[in-house]
Amino acid sequence: MDVHAPPPPEDPGLVVRDLAVNYGPVTALRGISLSVPRGSIVAVLGGNGAGKSTLLRAVSGTLRFHRGGITAGEIVFGRTRLSGTAASAVVARGVVQVPEGRRVFARMTVEENLRAGSLGARDRRAAAGARERVHTLFPVLAERARQRAGLLSGGEQQMLAIGRALMARPAMLLLDEPTLGLAPMMAARIAETVREINAQGTTVLLVEQNAAMALSLASQAYVLEVGEVALSGPAADLARSDEVRRRYLGIEDDRAASPAGASAGRPALARWSA
Amino acid sequence: MTTFLELLANGISVGAVYALIALGFVIIFKATEVVNFAHASLLLAGGFVVARLHSSIGFWAALLLGVAGAAAVGVLIEFLIIRRANVSSHSVLAIVTIGVDIVLTTELTRRIGTEVLALGDPWRDQVVHLGAVGIAQTRVVALAVAAVLITAFLLAFKHTGWGVAMRATAEDPETAALMGVRRGRVSMGAWAVAGALATVAALFLCVFPTPGLDRSTTFAAMKAFPAAILGGLDSTTGALVGGLIIGVTETLMSGYQNDLAFLGRGIGDVAPFLVMIVVLLIRPAGLFGTRELARV
Ligand SMILES: Nc1ncnc2c1ncn2[C@@H]1O[C@H](COP(=O)(O)OP(=O)(O)OP(=O)(O)O)[C@@H](O)[C@H]1O
Ligand SMILES: [Mg+2]
Repeated sequence: MDVHAPPPPEDPGLVVRDLAVNYGPVTALRGISLSVPRGSIVAVLGGNGAGKSTLLRAVSGTLRFHRGGITAGEIVFGRTRLSGTAASAVVARGVVQVPEGRRVFARMTVEENLRAGSLGARDRRAAAGARERVHTLFPVLAERARQRAGLLSGGEQQMLAIGRALMARPAMLLLDEPTLGLAPMMAARIAETVREINAQGTTVLLVEQNAAMALSLASQAYVLEVGEVALSGPAADLARSDEVRRRYLGIEDDRAASPAGASAGRPALARWSA
Repeated sequence: MTTFLELLANGISVGAVYALIALGFVIIFKATEVVNFAHASLLLAGGFVVARLHSSIGFWAALLLGVAGAAAVGVLIEFLIIRRANVSSHSVLAIVTIGVDIVLTTELTRRIGTEVLALGDPWRDQVVHLGAVGIAQTRVVALAVAAVLITAFLLAFKHTGWGVAMRATAEDPETAALMGVRRGRVSMGAWAVAGALATVAALFLCVFPTPGLDRSTTFAAMKAFPAAILGGLDSTTGALVGGLIIGVTETLMSGYQNDLAFLGRGIGDVAPFLVMIVVLLIRPAGLFGTRELARV
Protein backbone atom coordinates (compact mmCIF):
# COMPACT_ATOMS: atom_id res chain seq x y z
CA MET A 1 0.00 0.00 0.00
CA ASP A 2 3.02 2.25 0.32
CA VAL A 3 3.67 3.63 -3.17
CA HIS A 4 7.31 4.45 -2.49
CA ALA A 5 8.28 1.01 -1.36
CA PRO A 6 6.66 -1.63 -3.56
CA PRO A 7 6.75 -5.07 -2.00
CA PRO A 8 9.60 -7.19 -3.28
CA PRO A 9 8.38 -9.66 -5.91
CA GLU A 10 9.11 -12.65 -3.73
CA ASP A 11 6.64 -11.37 -1.13
CA PRO A 12 3.88 -13.98 -1.31
CA GLY A 13 1.08 -12.04 0.42
CA LEU A 14 -1.19 -14.23 2.53
CA VAL A 15 -0.52 -17.95 2.43
CA VAL A 16 -2.64 -20.55 4.22
CA ARG A 17 -1.16 -24.04 4.38
CA ASP A 18 -3.07 -27.20 5.35
CA LEU A 19 -5.15 -25.30 7.86
CA ALA A 20 -7.37 -27.35 10.14
CA VAL A 21 -9.69 -25.80 12.71
CA ASN A 22 -11.85 -27.34 15.41
CA TYR A 23 -14.55 -25.90 17.62
CA GLY A 24 -14.25 -28.34 20.47
CA PRO A 25 -15.38 -31.65 18.96
CA VAL A 26 -16.62 -29.99 15.75
CA THR A 27 -14.19 -29.92 12.84
CA ALA A 28 -14.83 -26.84 10.72
CA LEU A 29 -11.79 -26.79 8.41
CA ARG A 30 -10.03 -29.98 7.27
CA GLY A 31 -6.68 -28.92 5.92
CA ILE A 32 -7.26 -26.14 3.42
CA SER A 33 -4.57 -24.29 1.49
CA LEU A 34 -4.90 -21.05 -0.39
CA SER A 35 -2.89 -17.99 -1.25
CA VAL A 36 -3.72 -14.34 -1.77
CA PRO A 37 -0.91 -12.60 -3.68
CA ARG A 38 -0.13 -8.97 -2.80
CA GLY A 39 -2.35 -6.52 -4.60
CA SER A 40 -4.92 -9.06 -5.76
CA ILE A 41 -8.56 -9.78 -4.94
CA VAL A 42 -9.19 -13.42 -4.12
CA ALA A 43 -12.70 -14.75 -3.51
CA VAL A 44 -13.76 -17.60 -1.24
CA LEU A 45 -17.20 -19.01 -2.05
CA GLY A 46 -19.28 -21.63 -0.30
CA GLY A 47 -22.66 -22.35 1.19
CA ASN A 48 -23.77 -21.98 4.78
CA GLY A 49 -21.48 -23.71 7.21
CA ALA A 50 -18.76 -24.34 4.63
CA GLY A 51 -16.17 -22.76 6.92
CA LYS A 52 -15.67 -19.36 5.29
CA SER A 53 -16.01 -17.31 8.46
CA THR A 54 -13.92 -19.86 10.30
CA LEU A 55 -11.10 -19.27 7.82
CA LEU A 56 -11.21 -15.52 8.46
CA ARG A 57 -11.37 -16.02 12.23
CA ALA A 58 -8.28 -18.21 12.01
CA VAL A 59 -6.42 -15.50 10.10
CA SER A 60 -7.54 -12.73 12.48
CA GLY A 61 -6.82 -14.75 15.61
CA THR A 62 -10.35 -14.58 16.99
CA LEU A 63 -11.17 -18.30 17.08
CA ARG A 64 -10.84 -18.29 20.85
CA PHE A 65 -13.95 -16.11 21.08
CA HIS A 66 -15.79 -19.15 19.71
CA ARG A 67 -13.89 -21.74 21.73
CA GLY A 68 -12.16 -22.82 18.56
CA GLY A 69 -8.53 -23.37 17.71
CA ILE A 70 -6.10 -24.22 14.93
CA THR A 71 -5.17 -27.90 15.11
CA ALA A 72 -2.85 -28.09 12.11
CA GLY A 73 -1.27 -25.99 9.40
CA GLU A 74 -0.11 -22.41 9.38
CA ILE A 75 -0.96 -18.94 8.15
CA VAL A 76 1.78 -16.66 6.90
CA PHE A 77 1.54 -13.06 5.77
CA GLY A 78 4.56 -11.69 3.96
CA ARG A 79 7.33 -13.24 5.92
CA THR A 80 5.62 -13.34 9.31
CA ARG A 81 3.55 -16.11 10.80
CA LEU A 82 0.05 -15.04 11.80
CA SER A 83 -1.16 -18.33 13.23
CA GLY A 84 -0.54 -18.45 16.95
CA THR A 85 -0.32 -14.67 17.38
CA ALA A 86 -2.85 -12.45 19.16
CA ALA A 87 -5.59 -10.63 17.28
CA SER A 88 -3.95 -7.30 18.04
CA ALA A 89 -0.67 -8.51 16.48
CA VAL A 90 -2.49 -9.49 13.29
CA VAL A 91 -3.98 -5.99 13.03
CA ALA A 92 -0.58 -4.50 13.74
CA ARG A 93 0.79 -6.49 10.77
CA GLY A 94 -1.79 -4.77 8.57
CA VAL A 95 -4.34 -7.56 8.19
CA VAL A 96 -7.79 -6.26 9.15
CA GLN A 97 -11.17 -7.97 9.01
CA VAL A 98 -14.66 -6.64 8.30
CA PRO A 99 -16.77 -9.25 10.11
CA GLU A 100 -19.91 -10.94 8.88
CA GLY A 101 -23.06 -9.04 9.81
CA ARG A 102 -21.16 -5.70 9.97
CA ARG A 103 -20.94 -5.68 13.78
CA VAL A 104 -20.76 -1.90 14.10
CA PHE A 105 -20.66 -0.62 17.68
CA ALA A 106 -24.32 0.33 17.76
CA ARG A 107 -24.20 2.38 20.94
CA MET A 108 -21.31 4.49 19.73
CA THR A 109 -21.43 7.28 17.17
CA VAL A 110 -20.24 6.87 13.60
CA GLU A 111 -17.20 8.98 14.41
CA GLU A 112 -16.38 6.88 17.49
CA ASN A 113 -16.67 3.70 15.44
CA LEU A 114 -14.06 5.07 13.05
CA ARG A 115 -11.90 6.00 16.01
CA ALA A 116 -12.20 2.47 17.34
CA GLY A 117 -10.91 1.28 13.97
CA SER A 118 -7.71 3.23 14.40
CA LEU A 119 -6.95 1.88 17.89
CA GLY A 120 -4.80 -1.00 16.71
CA ALA A 121 -3.27 0.76 13.71
CA ARG A 122 0.40 0.40 12.99
CA ASP A 123 0.75 4.16 12.94
CA ARG A 124 -1.88 5.92 15.02
CA ARG A 125 -0.66 9.37 14.01
CA ALA A 126 -1.80 8.65 10.49
CA ALA A 127 -5.41 8.43 11.65
CA ALA A 128 -6.31 11.85 10.23
CA GLY A 129 -5.19 10.81 6.74
CA ALA A 130 -7.05 7.53 7.04
CA ARG A 131 -10.23 9.33 8.11
CA GLU A 132 -9.95 11.59 5.09
CA ARG A 133 -9.72 8.57 2.81
CA VAL A 134 -12.74 6.93 4.45
CA HIS A 135 -14.81 10.11 4.18
CA THR A 136 -13.89 10.39 0.50
CA LEU A 137 -14.95 6.80 -0.15
CA PHE A 138 -18.12 7.12 1.94
CA PRO A 139 -19.28 10.75 2.20
CA VAL A 140 -22.34 9.61 4.14
CA LEU A 141 -20.10 8.72 7.09
CA ALA A 142 -18.96 12.34 7.31
CA GLU A 143 -22.56 13.58 7.20
CA ARG A 144 -23.65 11.17 9.94
CA ALA A 145 -20.52 11.54 12.09
CA ARG A 146 -22.41 12.30 15.32
CA GLN A 147 -25.24 9.84 14.83
CA ARG A 148 -25.42 6.55 16.68
CA ALA A 149 -24.20 3.77 14.44
CA GLY A 150 -27.16 1.59 15.40
CA LEU A 151 -29.49 4.03 13.64
CA LEU A 152 -27.81 3.69 10.23
CA SER A 153 -29.39 1.64 7.45
CA GLY A 154 -27.93 -1.76 6.63
CA GLY A 155 -25.99 -0.41 3.67
CA GLU A 156 -24.65 2.51 5.68
CA GLN A 157 -23.62 0.14 8.45
CA GLN A 158 -21.70 -1.94 5.93
CA MET A 159 -19.94 1.19 4.71
CA LEU A 160 -19.13 2.06 8.30
CA ALA A 161 -17.78 -1.44 8.95
CA ILE A 162 -15.52 -1.18 5.90
CA GLY A 163 -14.53 2.40 6.74
CA ARG A 164 -13.73 1.38 10.30
CA ALA A 165 -11.39 -1.33 9.04
CA LEU A 166 -9.72 1.12 6.66
CA MET A 167 -8.92 3.37 9.63
CA ALA A 168 -6.16 0.92 10.53
CA ARG A 169 -4.62 1.53 7.07
CA PRO A 170 -4.58 -2.18 6.28
CA ALA A 171 -2.23 -3.78 3.80
CA MET A 172 -4.81 -6.52 3.50
CA LEU A 173 -8.57 -6.46 4.00
CA LEU A 174 -10.60 -9.56 4.90
CA LEU A 175 -14.26 -9.09 3.96
CA ASP A 176 -16.87 -11.54 5.28
CA GLU A 177 -20.02 -11.42 3.15
CA PRO A 178 -20.10 -7.63 2.74
CA THR A 179 -23.24 -7.69 0.57
CA LEU A 180 -25.24 -9.95 2.89
CA GLY A 181 -28.79 -8.67 3.20
CA LEU A 182 -28.28 -5.64 0.99
CA ALA A 183 -30.49 -4.57 -1.91
CA PRO A 184 -28.89 -5.10 -5.36
CA MET A 185 -28.13 -1.40 -5.81
CA MET A 186 -26.32 -1.20 -2.50
CA ALA A 187 -24.53 -4.50 -3.12
CA ALA A 188 -23.25 -3.13 -6.42
CA ARG A 189 -22.13 0.01 -4.65
CA ILE A 190 -20.17 -2.02 -2.10
CA ALA A 191 -18.63 -4.13 -4.87
CA GLU A 192 -17.50 -0.98 -6.65
CA THR A 193 -15.94 0.28 -3.43
CA VAL A 194 -14.08 -2.98 -2.90
CA ARG A 195 -12.64 -2.64 -6.39
CA GLU A 196 -11.59 0.93 -5.62
CA ILE A 197 -9.96 0.02 -2.30
CA ASN A 198 -8.02 -2.70 -4.10
CA ALA A 199 -6.99 -0.29 -6.84
CA GLN A 200 -5.54 1.95 -4.13
CA GLY A 201 -3.19 -0.88 -3.21
CA THR A 202 -4.96 -2.96 -0.57
CA THR A 203 -4.96 -6.73 -1.02
CA VAL A 204 -8.46 -8.21 -0.57
CA LEU A 205 -9.69 -11.60 0.56
CA LEU A 206 -13.41 -11.59 -0.19
CA VAL A 207 -15.73 -14.18 1.33
CA GLU A 208 -19.12 -14.27 -0.36
CA GLN A 209 -22.22 -16.29 -1.03
CA ASN A 210 -23.03 -13.81 -3.78
CA ALA A 211 -20.85 -15.71 -6.24
CA ALA A 212 -21.65 -13.57 -9.28
CA MET A 213 -20.46 -10.43 -7.57
CA ALA A 214 -17.39 -12.04 -6.02
CA LEU A 215 -16.29 -13.70 -9.25
CA SER A 216 -16.62 -10.44 -11.16
CA LEU A 217 -14.23 -8.75 -8.73
CA ALA A 218 -11.71 -11.46 -8.02
CA SER A 219 -8.80 -12.77 -10.05
CA GLN A 220 -8.63 -16.11 -8.25
CA ALA A 221 -11.37 -17.96 -6.41
CA TYR A 222 -11.74 -20.92 -4.09
CA VAL A 223 -14.92 -22.85 -3.37
CA LEU A 224 -15.22 -24.31 0.12
CA GLU A 225 -17.44 -27.27 0.90
CA VAL A 226 -17.73 -28.67 4.41
CA GLY A 227 -14.31 -27.48 5.45
CA GLU A 228 -12.39 -28.39 2.31
CA VAL A 229 -11.41 -26.64 -0.88
CA ALA A 230 -13.68 -28.26 -3.46
CA LEU A 231 -12.70 -26.15 -6.45
CA SER A 232 -10.19 -23.46 -7.18
CA GLY A 233 -8.89 -21.56 -10.14
CA PRO A 234 -8.99 -18.24 -11.96
CA ALA A 235 -12.27 -16.48 -11.19
CA ALA A 236 -13.24 -16.20 -14.84
CA ASP A 237 -12.86 -19.95 -15.31
CA LEU A 238 -14.89 -20.70 -12.22
CA ALA A 239 -17.64 -18.41 -13.41
CA ARG A 240 -17.88 -20.51 -16.56
CA SER A 241 -17.77 -23.88 -14.86
CA ASP A 242 -20.94 -25.96 -14.78
CA GLU A 243 -20.68 -26.78 -11.15
CA VAL A 244 -20.32 -23.21 -9.97
CA ARG A 245 -23.02 -21.99 -12.31
CA ARG A 246 -25.42 -24.60 -11.03
CA ARG A 247 -24.66 -24.42 -7.35
CA TYR A 248 -23.70 -20.82 -6.72
CA LEU A 249 -25.02 -18.80 -9.63
CA GLY A 250 -28.40 -20.51 -9.77
CA ILE A 251 -28.13 -21.27 -13.49
CA GLU A 252 -29.35 -24.68 -14.68
CA ASP A 253 -27.03 -26.84 -16.71
CA ASP A 254 -29.17 -27.16 -19.83
CA ARG A 255 -29.89 -23.46 -19.99
CA ALA A 256 -26.23 -22.71 -19.47
CA ALA A 257 -25.14 -24.95 -22.29
CA SER A 258 -24.78 -22.60 -25.20
CA PRO A 259 -25.19 -23.73 -28.81
CA ALA A 260 -21.58 -22.72 -29.51
CA GLY A 261 -20.30 -25.97 -28.04
CA ALA A 262 -19.75 -24.77 -24.51
CA SER A 263 -18.18 -27.98 -23.30
CA ALA A 264 -15.17 -27.42 -25.53
CA GLY A 265 -14.74 -23.87 -24.34
CA ARG A 266 -15.13 -24.79 -20.72
CA PRO A 267 -11.79 -24.96 -18.95
CA ALA A 268 -10.76 -27.89 -16.84
CA LEU A 269 -10.66 -26.90 -13.20
CA ALA A 270 -8.77 -28.53 -10.44
CA ARG A 271 -11.36 -30.65 -8.69
CA TRP A 272 -10.10 -31.23 -5.22
CA SER A 273 -10.65 -34.85 -4.33
CA ALA A 274 -10.53 -35.97 -0.78
CA MET B 1 -36.85 21.61 57.73
CA THR B 2 -33.28 22.37 58.73
CA THR B 3 -32.82 18.77 59.75
CA PHE B 4 -34.16 17.66 56.44
CA LEU B 5 -31.78 19.91 54.49
CA GLU B 6 -28.83 18.79 56.58
CA LEU B 7 -29.74 15.16 56.06
CA LEU B 8 -30.26 15.72 52.35
CA ALA B 9 -26.88 17.43 51.97
CA ASN B 10 -25.18 14.66 53.89
CA GLY B 11 -27.05 12.06 51.90
CA ILE B 12 -25.93 13.54 48.59
CA SER B 13 -22.36 13.60 49.79
CA VAL B 14 -22.46 10.02 51.02
CA GLY B 15 -24.19 9.09 47.79
CA ALA B 16 -21.39 10.66 45.74
CA VAL B 17 -18.90 8.50 47.62
CA TYR B 18 -21.00 5.38 46.95
CA ALA B 19 -21.09 6.47 43.32
CA LEU B 20 -17.27 6.40 43.21
CA ILE B 21 -17.30 2.79 44.42
CA ALA B 22 -20.18 1.80 42.17
CA LEU B 23 -18.45 3.37 39.18
CA GLY B 24 -15.41 1.15 39.66
CA PHE B 25 -17.66 -1.85 40.08
CA VAL B 26 -19.50 -1.00 36.86
CA ILE B 27 -16.41 -0.44 34.72
CA ILE B 28 -14.96 -3.77 35.79
CA PHE B 29 -18.23 -5.37 34.80
CA LYS B 30 -18.28 -3.54 31.48
CA ALA B 31 -14.70 -4.46 30.64
CA THR B 32 -14.69 -8.06 31.80
CA GLU B 33 -18.31 -9.04 32.52
CA VAL B 34 -17.15 -10.06 35.96
CA VAL B 35 -19.21 -9.06 38.98
CA ASN B 36 -16.39 -8.07 41.29
CA PHE B 37 -17.24 -9.07 44.81
CA ALA B 38 -13.67 -8.25 45.85
CA HIS B 39 -14.41 -4.56 45.48
CA ALA B 40 -14.85 -3.91 49.17
CA SER B 41 -11.47 -5.46 49.92
CA LEU B 42 -9.81 -3.26 47.29
CA LEU B 43 -11.27 -0.32 49.14
CA LEU B 44 -10.07 -1.62 52.46
CA ALA B 45 -6.57 -2.16 51.05
CA GLY B 46 -6.33 1.41 49.76
CA GLY B 47 -7.65 2.83 53.02
CA PHE B 48 -5.26 0.67 55.02
CA VAL B 49 -2.23 2.01 53.15
CA VAL B 50 -3.32 5.59 53.84
CA ALA B 51 -3.96 4.84 57.51
CA ARG B 52 -0.59 3.17 58.01
CA LEU B 53 1.55 5.69 56.13
CA HIS B 54 0.09 9.12 56.83
CA SER B 55 1.90 9.64 60.12
CA SER B 56 5.31 8.99 58.60
CA ILE B 57 5.09 10.53 55.11
CA GLY B 58 2.20 12.96 55.46
CA PHE B 59 -1.43 12.70 54.40
CA TRP B 60 -1.16 13.62 50.73
CA ALA B 61 1.76 11.34 49.97
CA ALA B 62 -0.01 8.56 51.85
CA LEU B 63 -3.18 9.14 49.85
CA LEU B 64 -1.20 8.99 46.62
CA LEU B 65 0.44 5.73 47.67
CA GLY B 66 -2.90 4.35 48.80
CA VAL B 67 -4.44 5.12 45.42
CA ALA B 68 -1.46 3.58 43.63
CA GLY B 69 -1.48 0.60 45.99
CA ALA B 70 -5.14 -0.25 45.48
CA ALA B 71 -4.75 0.22 41.73
CA ALA B 72 -1.81 -2.21 41.85
CA VAL B 73 -3.82 -4.72 43.87
CA GLY B 74 -6.59 -4.46 41.27
CA VAL B 75 -4.15 -5.02 38.43
CA LEU B 76 -2.65 -7.99 40.24
CA ILE B 77 -6.04 -9.60 40.80
CA GLU B 78 -6.81 -9.13 37.12
CA PHE B 79 -3.44 -10.36 35.91
CA LEU B 80 -2.91 -13.28 38.28
CA ILE B 81 -6.42 -14.57 38.70
CA ILE B 82 -9.12 -13.24 36.42
CA ARG B 83 -7.06 -13.51 33.23
CA ARG B 84 -5.73 -16.95 34.01
CA ALA B 85 -8.91 -18.48 35.33
CA ASN B 86 -9.90 -20.40 32.25
CA VAL B 87 -13.51 -20.85 33.16
CA SER B 88 -16.43 -20.91 30.82
CA SER B 89 -18.83 -18.93 32.93
CA HIS B 90 -18.67 -15.45 34.33
CA SER B 91 -20.65 -16.59 37.35
CA VAL B 92 -17.72 -18.81 38.26
CA LEU B 93 -15.38 -15.83 38.02
CA ALA B 94 -17.71 -13.88 40.28
CA ILE B 95 -17.38 -16.64 42.85
CA VAL B 96 -13.61 -16.55 42.41
CA THR B 97 -13.71 -12.85 43.33
CA ILE B 98 -15.62 -13.76 46.49
CA GLY B 99 -12.68 -15.99 47.37
CA VAL B 100 -10.24 -13.17 46.68
CA ASP B 101 -12.33 -10.87 48.83
CA ILE B 102 -12.31 -13.29 51.75
CA VAL B 103 -8.55 -13.74 51.58
CA LEU B 104 -7.79 -10.03 51.31
CA THR B 105 -10.32 -8.93 53.90
CA THR B 106 -9.24 -11.57 56.40
CA GLU B 107 -5.61 -10.57 56.10
CA LEU B 108 -6.36 -6.85 56.32
CA THR B 109 -8.72 -7.13 59.28
CA ARG B 110 -6.13 -9.29 61.03
CA ARG B 111 -3.63 -6.48 60.60
CA ILE B 112 -6.14 -3.84 61.67
CA GLY B 113 -7.16 -5.90 64.66
CA THR B 114 -9.51 -4.11 66.99
CA GLU B 115 -8.01 -0.70 66.28
CA VAL B 116 -9.77 2.24 64.71
CA LEU B 117 -7.20 3.85 62.43
CA ALA B 118 -7.29 7.57 61.70
CA LEU B 119 -6.49 8.58 58.13
CA GLY B 120 -4.85 11.88 59.10
CA ASP B 121 -6.98 14.03 56.84
CA PRO B 122 -6.63 17.84 57.09
CA TRP B 123 -10.38 18.53 57.42
CA ARG B 124 -10.91 16.99 60.85
CA ASP B 125 -14.23 17.76 62.45
CA GLN B 126 -14.89 21.31 61.28
CA VAL B 127 -18.42 22.19 60.34
CA VAL B 128 -19.46 24.57 57.57
CA HIS B 129 -22.55 26.69 58.22
CA LEU B 130 -24.80 27.75 55.36
CA GLY B 131 -27.48 29.77 57.14
CA ALA B 132 -29.00 27.47 59.71
CA VAL B 133 -27.72 24.36 57.94
CA GLY B 134 -24.51 22.89 59.33
CA ILE B 135 -22.52 20.36 57.29
CA ALA B 136 -19.24 18.69 58.16
CA GLN B 137 -16.40 20.02 56.08
CA THR B 138 -15.44 16.45 55.17
CA ARG B 139 -18.85 16.00 53.54
CA VAL B 140 -18.41 19.13 51.43
CA VAL B 141 -14.95 18.04 50.32
CA ALA B 142 -16.21 14.52 49.61
CA LEU B 143 -18.91 15.85 47.33
CA ALA B 144 -16.52 18.20 45.53
CA VAL B 145 -13.82 15.55 45.05
CA ALA B 146 -16.31 12.93 43.93
CA ALA B 147 -17.85 15.37 41.46
CA VAL B 148 -14.42 16.23 39.99
CA LEU B 149 -13.35 12.57 39.74
CA ILE B 150 -16.62 11.46 38.22
CA THR B 151 -16.53 14.27 35.67
CA ALA B 152 -12.92 13.48 34.77
CA PHE B 153 -13.78 9.82 34.44
CA LEU B 154 -16.78 10.44 32.22
CA LEU B 155 -14.80 12.79 29.98
CA ALA B 156 -12.01 10.24 29.62
CA PHE B 157 -14.56 7.51 28.98
CA LYS B 158 -16.13 9.58 26.24
CA HIS B 159 -13.12 11.12 24.56
CA THR B 160 -9.87 9.24 25.07
CA GLY B 161 -8.62 6.23 23.14
CA TRP B 162 -8.77 4.29 26.39
CA GLY B 163 -12.45 5.18 26.76
CA VAL B 164 -13.27 4.21 23.18
CA ALA B 165 -11.40 0.91 23.59
CA MET B 166 -13.27 0.27 26.81
CA ARG B 167 -16.70 0.96 25.35
CA ALA B 168 -15.95 -1.02 22.21
CA THR B 169 -14.84 -4.00 24.30
CA ALA B 170 -17.89 -3.70 26.53
CA GLU B 171 -20.22 -3.67 23.55
CA ASP B 172 -18.61 -6.40 21.44
CA PRO B 173 -15.34 -7.95 22.66
CA GLU B 174 -14.72 -9.96 19.50
CA THR B 175 -15.13 -7.01 17.15
CA ALA B 176 -13.02 -4.84 19.44
CA ALA B 177 -10.30 -7.49 19.13
CA LEU B 178 -10.65 -7.25 15.35
CA MET B 179 -9.81 -3.55 15.72
CA GLY B 180 -6.61 -4.52 17.50
CA VAL B 181 -7.87 -3.62 20.97
CA ARG B 182 -6.07 -5.69 23.60
CA ARG B 183 -8.67 -6.90 25.99
CA GLY B 184 -6.14 -7.66 28.69
CA ARG B 185 -4.97 -4.06 28.77
CA VAL B 186 -8.49 -2.70 28.80
CA SER B 187 -9.38 -5.02 31.62
CA MET B 188 -6.27 -4.16 33.64
CA GLY B 189 -7.00 -0.48 33.16
CA ALA B 190 -10.51 -1.00 34.49
CA TRP B 191 -9.24 -2.77 37.61
CA ALA B 192 -6.64 -0.08 38.21
CA VAL B 193 -9.17 2.75 37.89
CA ALA B 194 -11.61 0.87 40.12
CA GLY B 195 -8.92 0.42 42.79
CA ALA B 196 -7.93 4.08 42.64
CA LEU B 197 -11.53 5.31 42.93
CA ALA B 198 -12.17 2.87 45.77
CA THR B 199 -9.28 4.33 47.77
CA VAL B 200 -10.66 7.84 47.47
CA ALA B 201 -14.01 6.44 48.55
CA ALA B 202 -12.33 4.70 51.50
CA LEU B 203 -10.95 8.02 52.61
CA PHE B 204 -14.34 9.68 52.67
CA LEU B 205 -16.04 6.70 54.29
CA CYS B 206 -13.58 6.88 57.18
CA VAL B 207 -13.30 10.60 57.92
CA PHE B 208 -15.48 12.60 60.31
CA PRO B 209 -18.17 11.85 61.47
CA THR B 210 -16.98 8.24 61.13
CA PRO B 211 -14.32 7.52 63.75
CA GLY B 212 -11.87 5.99 61.28
CA LEU B 213 -10.90 2.88 59.38
CA ASP B 214 -11.76 -0.35 61.12
CA ARG B 215 -12.97 -3.82 60.26
CA SER B 216 -16.51 -2.57 59.69
CA THR B 217 -15.43 -0.31 56.84
CA THR B 218 -16.10 -3.13 54.36
CA PHE B 219 -19.74 -3.14 55.47
CA ALA B 220 -20.00 0.51 54.55
CA ALA B 221 -18.42 -0.29 51.19
CA MET B 222 -20.93 -3.10 50.64
CA LYS B 223 -23.69 -0.51 50.32
CA ALA B 224 -22.24 0.47 46.97
CA PHE B 225 -23.24 -2.95 45.57
CA PRO B 226 -26.96 -2.16 45.69
CA ALA B 227 -26.09 1.23 44.21
CA ALA B 228 -24.41 -0.38 41.19
CA ILE B 229 -27.05 -3.06 40.84
CA LEU B 230 -30.09 -0.85 41.09
CA GLY B 231 -28.58 1.61 38.61
CA GLY B 232 -27.88 -1.22 36.18
CA LEU B 233 -24.63 -3.17 36.34
CA ASP B 234 -23.43 -2.03 32.94
CA SER B 235 -24.35 1.64 33.14
CA THR B 236 -22.05 4.40 34.36
CA THR B 237 -25.04 6.75 34.63
CA GLY B 238 -26.75 4.06 36.65
CA ALA B 239 -23.81 3.93 39.07
CA LEU B 240 -24.07 7.67 39.70
CA VAL B 241 -27.83 7.76 40.11
CA GLY B 242 -27.79 4.53 42.13
CA GLY B 243 -25.12 5.93 44.45
CA LEU B 244 -27.12 9.07 45.09
CA ILE B 245 -30.37 7.19 45.66
CA ILE B 246 -28.72 4.85 48.15
CA GLY B 247 -26.85 7.65 49.94
CA VAL B 248 -29.89 9.86 50.33
CA THR B 249 -32.23 7.02 51.32
CA GLU B 250 -29.83 5.66 53.88
CA THR B 251 -29.11 9.05 55.44
CA LEU B 252 -32.76 10.09 55.60
CA MET B 253 -33.84 6.75 57.02
CA SER B 254 -31.17 6.90 59.69
CA GLY B 255 -31.94 10.53 60.44
CA TYR B 256 -35.63 9.91 60.92
CA GLN B 257 -35.06 6.57 62.59
CA ASN B 258 -37.05 7.54 65.65
CA ASP B 259 -40.08 8.49 63.59
CA LEU B 260 -39.77 5.23 61.71
CA ALA B 261 -39.45 3.09 64.80
CA PHE B 262 -42.23 0.81 63.57
CA LEU B 263 -39.81 -0.37 60.84
CA GLY B 264 -37.37 -1.52 63.48
CA ARG B 265 -33.99 -0.18 64.49
CA GLY B 266 -31.11 0.06 62.04
CA ILE B 267 -33.42 0.74 59.12
CA GLY B 268 -30.72 3.03 57.66
CA ASP B 269 -28.39 0.08 57.20
CA VAL B 270 -30.89 -2.15 55.44
CA ALA B 271 -32.54 0.63 53.41
CA PRO B 272 -30.02 0.35 50.53
CA PHE B 273 -30.85 -3.31 50.07
CA LEU B 274 -34.58 -2.75 50.35
CA VAL B 275 -34.44 -0.05 47.69
CA MET B 276 -32.42 -2.36 45.46
CA ILE B 277 -34.95 -5.17 45.79
CA VAL B 278 -37.87 -2.88 45.03
CA VAL B 279 -36.14 -1.49 41.94
CA LEU B 280 -35.18 -4.93 40.67
CA LEU B 281 -38.74 -6.17 41.08
CA ILE B 282 -39.92 -3.40 38.80
CA ARG B 283 -36.94 -3.23 36.43
CA PRO B 284 -34.86 -6.42 36.45
CA ALA B 285 -32.02 -4.80 34.49
CA GLY B 286 -31.78 -1.89 36.91
CA LEU B 287 -32.74 1.71 36.20
CA PHE B 288 -30.32 2.26 33.31
CA GLY B 289 -28.95 -1.21 32.66
CA THR B 290 -29.35 -3.30 29.56
CA ARG B 291 -28.50 -6.68 31.02
CA GLU B 292 -30.59 -8.56 33.51
CA LEU B 293 -28.97 -10.01 36.55
CA ALA B 294 -30.16 -13.45 35.59
CA ARG B 295 -27.41 -13.48 32.99
CA VAL B 296 -24.65 -12.78 35.46
N1 LIG C 1 -18.80 -20.95 17.55
C1 LIG C 1 -18.92 -22.17 16.98
N2 LIG C 1 -18.98 -23.29 17.73
C2 LIG C 1 -19.11 -24.50 17.17
N3 LIG C 1 -19.18 -24.71 15.86
C3 LIG C 1 -19.13 -23.65 15.05
C4 LIG C 1 -19.00 -22.33 15.56
N4 LIG C 1 -18.97 -21.46 14.53
C5 LIG C 1 -19.07 -22.21 13.43
N5 LIG C 1 -19.18 -23.52 13.73
C6 LIG C 1 -19.30 -24.64 12.78
O1 LIG C 1 -18.22 -24.58 11.89
C7 LIG C 1 -18.65 -24.81 10.58
C8 LIG C 1 -18.25 -23.65 9.69
O2 LIG C 1 -18.93 -22.49 10.10
P1 LIG C 1 -18.66 -21.07 9.49
O3 LIG C 1 -19.36 -20.06 10.31
O4 LIG C 1 -17.21 -20.89 9.30
O5 LIG C 1 -19.37 -21.19 8.08
P2 LIG C 1 -19.62 -20.10 6.96
O6 LIG C 1 -19.08 -20.66 5.70
O7 LIG C 1 -19.11 -18.79 7.38
O8 LIG C 1 -21.20 -20.08 6.87
P3 LIG C 1 -22.19 -18.84 6.58
O9 LIG C 1 -22.18 -18.63 5.13
O10 LIG C 1 -23.50 -19.34 7.08
O11 LIG C 1 -21.68 -17.67 7.35
C9 LIG C 1 -20.14 -25.04 10.64
O12 LIG C 1 -20.37 -26.44 10.65
C10 LIG C 1 -20.54 -24.46 11.96
O13 LIG C 1 -21.61 -25.18 12.52
MG1 LIG D 1 -19.92 -16.99 7.71
